[in-house]
Amino acid sequence: MEARNLVSLEKNPKVQDFRPGDTVKVNVRIHEGDRVRTQAFQGVVIRQRAGGPSSSFTVRRIASGIGVERTFMVYSPTLESVDVVRRGKVRRAKLYYLRGLSGKESRIKERLSHGPKSGKGASGKPAIAKGTSPEATRE
Amino acid sequence: MGIGGLLGKKVGMTHLFIGEQMVPVTVLEVGPCVVTQVRNGATDGYEAVQIGFGAAKSLTKPALGHLKAAGSERVKHLKEFPATQVSELRVGQKLLVSEFAEGQYVDVTGVSKGRGFQGGVKRYNFRGGPKTHGQSDRHRAPGSIGSTTFMGRVIKGKRMAGHTGMDQTTSRNLRVVKVDAERNLLFVGGGVAGANGGLVSVRHAKRAPKASAAAKE
Repeated sequence: MEARNLVSLEKNPKVQDFRPGDTVKVNVRIHEGDRVRTQAFQGVVIRQRAGGPSSSFTVRRIASGIGVERTFMVYSPTLESVDVVRRGKVRRAKLYYLRGLSGKESRIKERLSHGPKSGKGASGKPAIAKGTSPEATRE
Repeated sequence: MGIGGLLGKKVGMTHLFIGEQMVPVTVLEVGPCVVTQVRNGATDGYEAVQIGFGAAKSLTKPALGHLKAAGSERVKHLKEFPATQVSELRVGQKLLVSEFAEGQYVDVTGVSKGRGFQGGVKRYNFRGGPKTHGQSDRHRAPGSIGSTTFMGRVIKGKRMAGHTGMDQTTSRNLRVVKVDAERNLLFVGGGVAGANGGLVSVRHAKRAPKASAAAKE
């Protein structure tokens, strides 16, 4: 019996499937005094952590020349939606090496479609054609 | 009928989302416990209940006899808790997690993980010696342990290196975040001493925070 398996979890339908290397736009609910607003954070997913209710992912972006990383809890109710802006082709699960890179070096190749190689573990999901918006092809 | 507490097992830690708040919780498998003996004012001079928890593989003959008299199944752990209105308790009766309610506070006692023989730095958070300025062999030393000829000995209770951990440790005033009666689970906010799978006893908080006093009935 493992503690994390004892909590029932509901997947937020507005959180699209993504992988490390993908560029995502994360919308989180933020309380500012009495006001509630949605804040967007767009960047590259550099880490995904599976852990039942403790599952999280980290997004890295360059904000005015400075690298900023933010970690979000996948099952947090404050996480409104995650949209995949661009799918990236990377060869490892944790992209910590991006921290040491900047500008041209830190570019990630685009993953154009779920080919037999890159489609491993993603079977049954619709392929994303280049140029189409993720919203159009994803439920 | 008020039971002071129940026995259970630490399952492990995880998170729960309560409203928009993320709460770190320890999952405890509490009960079902069986009443093995009831102590009342007339015969024992005080009111308490002895409860058993956990399936036992093998038991000594005296323990078997005691459980047989109670009509209980073979339980591994026995513990006595103070109780009130014990006349309503029957030997052999099952006690469940539902003794606890969401929102109340509990004290959870467990045995902390054994660390073996440890020095003063780990055991008592001594600062150790300087790391530089020509030091050798003094980095994690405890420093002076007493005076010289006057006294001529080390005072009793002086904190020194020794066996660490395996101590009974109580986490007080942990909030009951969730009660899962179906699976006998209790989700309490915060940490509990001991390894996963370790025996814990969960009691109604002795000194609960004031705000919860009303909710605790």
